Amino acid sequence: MKTMLIATALMALTAGAGLSQTVRMGTEGAYPPYNFINDAGEVDGFERELGDKLCEMTEMTCEWVTTDWDSIIPNLQSGNYDTIIAGMSITDERMQVIDFTQDYFPATESAYMALNDGVDITSAVIAAQTGTIQASHVAEGGATLLEFATPDETVAAVRNGEADAVFADKDYLAPIAAESGGQLVMLDADVQLGGGIGMGLRKSDTELKAKFDDAITAMKADGSLNEMITKWFGADAVTF
Amino acid sequence: MFAYCSDPSQLDGLTWLSCYLTTGKHFDFYWSFVTVLTLLAVTAPAALAFGFAGAMAARAPFLPLRVIGKTYTAMVRGIPDIIFFLFFVIALDQGIEWIMHQVRCPDWSEPIRQGLEFRVCPEAKVPHGSAPQSVHRIYGAGLAVFTFALVFGAFVANVLSGAMAAVPRAQLETGESYGMSQGQVFRRILVPQMWVYALPGLSNLWMILLKATPLLFLLGVQDVVYWARELGGAKTSAFEYPHPDWRLWYFLVLLVFYLAMTKVSEIFLTRLQRRLSHGQATADGEAQRRAAA
Repeated sequence: MKTMLIATALMALTAGAGLSQTVRMGTEGAYPPYNFINDAGEVDGFERELGDKLCEMTEMTCEWVTTDWDSIIPNLQSGNYDTIIAGMSITDERMQVIDFTQDYFPATESAYMALNDGVDITSAVIAAQTGTIQASHVAEGGATLLEFATPDETVAAVRNGEADAVFADKDYLAPIAAESGGQLVMLDADVQLGGGIGMGLRKSDTELKAKFDDAITAMKADGSLNEMITKWFGADAVTF
Repeated sequence: MFAYCSDPSQLDGLTWLSCYLTTGKHFDFYWSFVTVLTLLAVTAPAALAFGFAGAMAARAPFLPLRVIGKTYTAMVRGIPDIIFFLFFVIALDQGIEWIMHQVRCPDWSEPIRQGLEFRVCPEAKVPHGSAPQSVHRIYGAGLAVFTFALVFGAFVANVLSGAMAAVPRAQLETGESYGMSQGQVFRRILVPQMWVYALPGLSNLWMILLKATPLLFLLGVQDVVYWARELGGAKTSAFEYPHPDWRLWYFLVLLVFYLAMTKVSEIFLTRLQRRLSHGQATADGEAQRRAAA
């Protein structure tokens, strides 16, 4: 413990001099194409590219950190990283505990995916990831909600019959259904949820929020954000 | 890794597999076994040290020390592990930062707690915000080891104080009659003889510790379970090596790993028990003496 403290103290002394501000970017790394860990073991995806671009524009150094979705907000609050950039939709409920930048991705369509299209989503058992807007949506309706910690587990639950359908962002489910060889189908019951995806920040970090807001505004204005969205989500994706 | 891996979509069969198993992500997985073994190698002696200190404190002649020792074992043994692993680590982390904050930023006027936020001055962040991710990982692992050592140390303390009490009184009296001080009796007679009584309890704890290492995952250490889950999950073509849900195979690997570890431990512990019993006034020691005679 003692050597650890000395080591970190030394680090702090040597690191601080003249470098640009370091921002620790917190993400989940399990939600392609938004964010995932690629085969080289690094964070990759739309949000990685966007985050790196934003950091370049604001002249800050970015350090990527992955964490469980469950604890992604508490870890931000206790200062383990400075931003959440993990496909997190802006909702009133979340706005009470953290702040968001303006949206960098328009309000998303959420969709159901099941083994066959005969599933009645008003009464079936629906799998969703804990703490997502999709989970709250299912909980408010008549269907039975089955929660899982990771997106991957929600899909696995449908495959092995534990749940009748999975409810998640359409952009996440569509490639899975397309590559399942007909095993999984998308149901024709899309729902628009949330107020777009934004970057989550601590309420006290107003300066950082302003910086990112400006950078996102600039990217929206010159069309580079739309380009990036089309690159990762296909030509049909909703853009600004 | 291999030159022919540059375009995985063109590969199949064993070539595909050889490329798949040598991706950067898989090396992270292989390394995580080393991480787990390293953390075990650090945690076990640390827990033993905590336990030894706890057992010594619990039988100290000085009352406040005795109270501390007994409170430590009673409290930690009584509190569910999961609370330690979820709550204590956060409290410890924030505690360290709070102290650093008091030392480094005495002039800071804003409150540290703002609603649910915990905000110390940037200089007080441990590790520093600009430190590379590896430092953050090591720090996280350090907290994990400390927590494990604290929890298992309490159990070790109980085992050791039981073992100390089991050493025959006559042995200690013999030492005293030779004019040894209390300290000398403790070091020369009590401690060397107690291990044989402590070993069954300690070996149980070692096995439990070994099997509890997947809990590291709860503490944010990217251990074998994290990578098995991450690699085993179904992969779409967003990845270079798409595959269906292979978690079963990855968890089978973990099963084999843990079975091998427990088997090796058992063999080692049995040998140690035989060695420690040699020349002792116990049934085992007596049996060895007779067999030799």
